[in-house]
Amino acid sequence: MIEVKNLKKSFDGTTILHGVNVTMDPGQCNLIIGASGSGKTVFMKCLVGLMPPDNGAILYHGKDFVTMNVEERKEIRKEIGMLFQGSALFSSMTVEDNILFPLDMFTKDTKKEKMKRVNAVLDRVNLEGSNKKFPAEISGGMMKRVGIARAIVLNPKFLFVDEPNSGLDPQTSGLIDQLIKDITIEYNITTIVNTHDMNSVMEMGDHIIYMHLGKKEWEGTSKDIIFSKNELLNDFIFASEFLKDAKDMRMLEETGKVANERNMADLTHDDAPELVPPQEDEENPKKDQPE
Amino acid sequence: MKFFSEVGKYLKMIKGMFSKPENLKMYWKEFMHQCSEIGIGSLGIVIIISIFMGAVSTVQTAYQLTSPLIPKYTIAQVVRDTVILEFAPTLVSIVLSGVVGSKIAGELGNMRVSEQIDALEIMGVNTKAYLVAPKILAALVVIPMLVVLGAVLGIWGGKMAGSLSGIISTDEFNKGLLMGFIPYNTFFALVKAYTFAFLISSIPAYYGYNVNGGALEIGRASTKAVVVTCVSVLFADYLLAAIMLE
Repeated sequence: MIEVKNLKKSFDGTTILHGVNVTMDPGQCNLIIGASGSGKTVFMKCLVGLMPPDNGAILYHGKDFVTMNVEERKEIRKEIGMLFQGSALFSSMTVEDNILFPLDMFTKDTKKEKMKRVNAVLDRVNLEGSNKKFPAEISGGMMKRVGIARAIVLNPKFLFVDEPNSGLDPQTSGLIDQLIKDITIEYNITTIVNTHDMNSVMEMGDHIIYMHLGKKEWEGTSKDIIFSKNELLNDFIFASEFLKDAKDMRMLEETGKVANERNMADLTHDDAPELVPPQEDEENPKKDQPE
Repeated sequence: MKFFSEVGKYLKMIKGMFSKPENLKMYWKEFMHQCSEIGIGSLGIVIIISIFMGAVSTVQTAYQLTSPLIPKYTIAQVVRDTVILEFAPTLVSIVLSGVVGSKIAGELGNMRVSEQIDALEIMGVNTKAYLVAPKILAALVVIPMLVVLGAVLGIWGGKMAGSLSGIISTDEFNKGLLMGFIPYNTFFALVKAYTFAFLISSIPAYYGYNVNGGALEIGRASTKAVVVTCVSVLFADYLLAAIMLE
C-alpha cells in the first residue's frame, strides 16, 4: 500500500502539486488521469523518488520514503518496478540482457536460475523466443512488454506505469492494459498507472485519481465516472461527442436515463436497448469526492 | 554566477560517485567495457596523429636549425623533448577530448533523454557510480597508456621521417635521443596525462548526465562538452607547466 499525505511540489515559485492526499491499495490498478500540465507526471516522479517533494509524506509500508536514508531507499526501490513511456530499454543490450540486468545487479542467483526467471517473465508477457533480439529490432508493443517483463522480474510490490499506451494502436493498447491488469492481480501488486487513454480508464480503473491544476479533483472507480457530476472530470473524460454518446449509452443501459438532458433520439437506433423508466437517484451510488 | 553554479553541480556529481557498489562484478564489467571503448576505440587515431606529429617535428626542427655549428643529433633531442613534454600528452589529449568526450556526452545524454538513467535510478542503482565512475576510472587507466604510446610512436615517426628524407641518420637520431635525457620530463608528461584523462572523462560525463530535452540538446551538450574540455585541458596544461617546470 502507498499512502500519500499532503504532497507539495513547486518549481521556481510555480506550485505544481498543491497538497495531494491519496491511498493506493495492493491488487488494484490505481490510475492517475488529468490534462497535460495537471501535475500527474511530477506526482509520479515524486512517488518513485526521481524528484524530491517540497512537503508531505509518501508512505511505503507505513515508512516515509521522503525522509529515508540512501540505504533504506535502495531497499524500497528493489520493490519497485517501472514501465516508462518510451520503455527505457537499454539499447545496447538484447531483450534477454535487459531483463537479466536487475537480476545480475541485485541477486546472487546462479546463471541457470536467472535464465529460468528471465524465460518465465518473457513467457508471461508472451514474448518467448525473443531473447536475442535488440530493442531496435522489435515493435513498440513488444518493447512495452519487454519493459513490463523487466519491471516484474524481481517480483516487485509496486508497479509504476507511465503512459502505457502512447504510440500504440488500440488493439495493442488493449493487450498491454489487460496484461498490466492481470499482473496486478496475479502478483498482488500496487499498480499506479499514469494515462490519458480513456479505454485504459474504463477497462483498468479500479481506483481512478483525476488531477486538475495540481490538485486531486476527484477519485473513484471506472463505474463511478459514468455517474460523476463533477464538471471538470466530465469535460476532461467525455471531451468528444463520441465519448459523450458512449457515456449516455452506458447510463442508458445502467439507469435508463441520460445525462445533461441530451436528445435521446440521437443515441437510440433501431437495435438500441429498449428504454426503461428512470430509476430513483438513491439507487445510483454517488461516489464523487471532490477535494 | 552560472559558472560557479555549474562548477558546484560538477563537484556534486563527482561526490555522488563515491558509494558502495551494489554489485562489484557488474561495476567491474562496466569498467572493462569502458577501457575497451576508450582505449581500443581511440587507438587508431592516436597512432596516426602520433606518427605524423613526430615526423613533422623532425622536418620542421631541421628546417629551423640552419647553423652548421649545431650538431644534427640536436634535432633528435628537440623532437624527443617536445614530443614527451607537450605533443604526446597535450595533442593526444586534445584529440581524445573530441573522440572520447563527444562519445561519453552523447552516450549519457541519450540515456538521460530516453529515461534509461531514470530506469536505473528506480531500480536502486547509483547511476553516478555505475555510469560515470567506470568511465573516469577507465580513462585514468587507458589515456596515460595512449599518451605513452603516442610519445613512443611520435619519436619513432620523427626518426623515420628524418631517415627517409635524409635529414638525419637513425644512428645519429638514436645518439641524440640518449643525450641529456631528463627522466623528470617523463614524470611531468604522466602527471599531465592523468590530469587530462580526468578532465576528458568527467567534463563530458557532467554535460551528458545533465542533458535536458531531446536530440538537439544531446548534440549541443556534446559540442559544449568538447569545447569546455579542450579549454580546460589547455588551461591545465599551462597551470601544470607553470607549477612543475620552474
